[in-house]
Amino acid sequence: MSDLTRINASDLAAQLADGSVTSVEATQAQLDRIAAVDGDLNAFLHVDAAGALKTAADVDARRAAGETLPTLAGVPIAVKDLINTTGQPTTAGSKILEGWVPPYDATVVARLRAAGLPILGKTNLDEFAMGSSNEHSAYGPARNPWDTGRIPGGSSGGSAAAVASFEASLALGTDTGGSIRQPGAMTGIVGVKPTYGGVSRYGVIAMASSLDQVGPMARSVLDAALLHEVIAGHDPRDSTSIDAPVPSVVEAARRGDVAGLRIGIVREFGGEGFQPGVQRRFDEAVAKLAGAGAEIVDVSCPSFEHGIAAYYLVMPSEVSSNLARFDAMRYGLRVSPDGNPSPSAEQVMAATRDAGFGDEVKRRIILGTYALSSGYYDAYYGSAQKVRTLIAQDFSAAFGQVDVLFSPTAPTTAWRLGEKSDDPLAMYLEDVCTIPANLAGVPGISVPIGLADDSGLPVGGQFLAPAQADDRLYNAGAALERLVPAPVLEEVVR
Amino acid sequence: MSSPLSREDVAHLASLARISLSDAELDRLGAELPAILDHVAAVQGVVESASADVAPMSHPVPITNVFRADEPSPGLSRDEALAGAPASEEDRFLVPKILGEEA
Repeated sequence: MSDLTRINASDLAAQLADGSVTSVEATQAQLDRIAAVDGDLNAFLHVDAAGALKTAADVDARRAAGETLPTLAGVPIAVKDLINTTGQPTTAGSKILEGWVPPYDATVVARLRAAGLPILGKTNLDEFAMGSSNEHSAYGPARNPWDTGRIPGGSSGGSAAAVASFEASLALGTDTGGSIRQPGAMTGIVGVKPTYGGVSRYGVIAMASSLDQVGPMARSVLDAALLHEVIAGHDPRDSTSIDAPVPSVVEAARRGDVAGLRIGIVREFGGEGFQPGVQRRFDEAVAKLAGAGAEIVDVSCPSFEHGIAAYYLVMPSEVSSNLARFDAMRYGLRVSPDGNPSPSAEQVMAATRDAGFGDEVKRRIILGTYALSSGYYDAYYGSAQKVRTLIAQDFSAAFGQVDVLFSPTAPTTAWRLGEKSDDPLAMYLEDVCTIPANLAGVPGISVPIGLADDSGLPVGGQFLAPAQADDRLYNAGAALERLVPAPVLEEVVR
Repeated sequence: MSSPLSREDVAHLASLARISLSDAELDRLGAELPAILDHVAAVQGVVESASADVAPMSHPVPITNVFRADEPSPGLSRDEALAGAPASEEDRFLVPKILGEEA
């Protein structure tokens, strides 16, 4: 394996800047790595070798001409296939968008292009980002490079597998209930869900609009921060975009000092349902943070345990509304019902949505349709919105006492493919630690904290911070990264 | 645990959502949904036991009515807009009949 694929993005950026390596060399190394291992991982749904090398050559030429370029110019990146890219298909992991090429770039993609990052390709995901295992992709699951018989987490499982297996040093993911942080934890990499509204969602296929957020995935906290600064900031094309300065995340990632930092341990995130090997790594991480001068405070957030119940009403309700746009009329798949020579638009719509959507997507649309039905609306959707308020109030109270919260990212390490496929509720319960942040709109980071001693697989620790205090995540995450070195994958375990 | 939803109940939801589910899918969802609904129904008890009246939260950011300046700016060309269409004709989206349904 080439050294160029194993180094972090920040180190590669430094080598590109001083001329010791070219972007074409780095990009070709990543493409070679993808060709060598992606047959086992299925992390990529589409690879754009020509496009990536063209961007790389352009960056090299500009640099050779003496131009000063953005920090990450020339560093190749992978993009979750939920994010619109001109010139490359965007499928959302669904048959209903198979082969669709968007007519415009998402704002985050336009920012990657403006910053000179070659886009290697589009990564696998649970269909429309609905899942915690990547098994709901219509194009087969991505696999965990630590054990290809196991799930890489989801829904940004392809991005996580790509970064963990050295196919790319950087990737974009999206996080609606944990879809960046949980796969980050499952594959031993860093994943950040920024503050809601911190990163533009223009051109990102919507799942649940009051929860979705785009964020960086990387092998170091500093790399994630560098990417965060490229994609974050106000976008007039996204009405939920926050019009305020981006927190100084790169500076925070370079600082990495928890002396005097008040870290809250959420009492409700532990105990029953938490794998002992995860709990042990977490307890060790807490002890190391305390040893580095952090003040550890026990906090209670009693409404967090109702997060999954509220989430599985709010999210499917928004899903049922957002996915109404897939109507077989203006783009995507169109299927005519069997045995009907002159079907109506509605009949074509219903046949297309049956043929084009997978089981989990249908399950959530039907659940959301139920929750929003007349007669059930107040009991289900209305109550869920109130629980959401209670969760936000728990965060406010906790952040009155502490600077950040710390918990395991997920209650278990990666499970075997198929292990939870027949029990949707069991899969939903995996998101217990990550969901509250989405409901309240606060930012979160998952940082690797070693391998569980009972499974030998990566464990993640999650920091949460108040809205628009993303810099606190990077500061605490960078400190933790120094105290607890990330596990290093020697080679994909087949 | 709640009783399964009948095939007719799920079929009604599927028709509201414009998805032609097969009978097998209707039966499977009818069997699966009650376990999920039992779990999520906990929110009702949480709200009832809350000490004070709780305001609903639809969105994490307290912003409303974001308007842009009313100035023309370039959009997609007709060809770009039609490029992904399942069918088009004379620079328009070609769709199945929308009038005279159920005639």
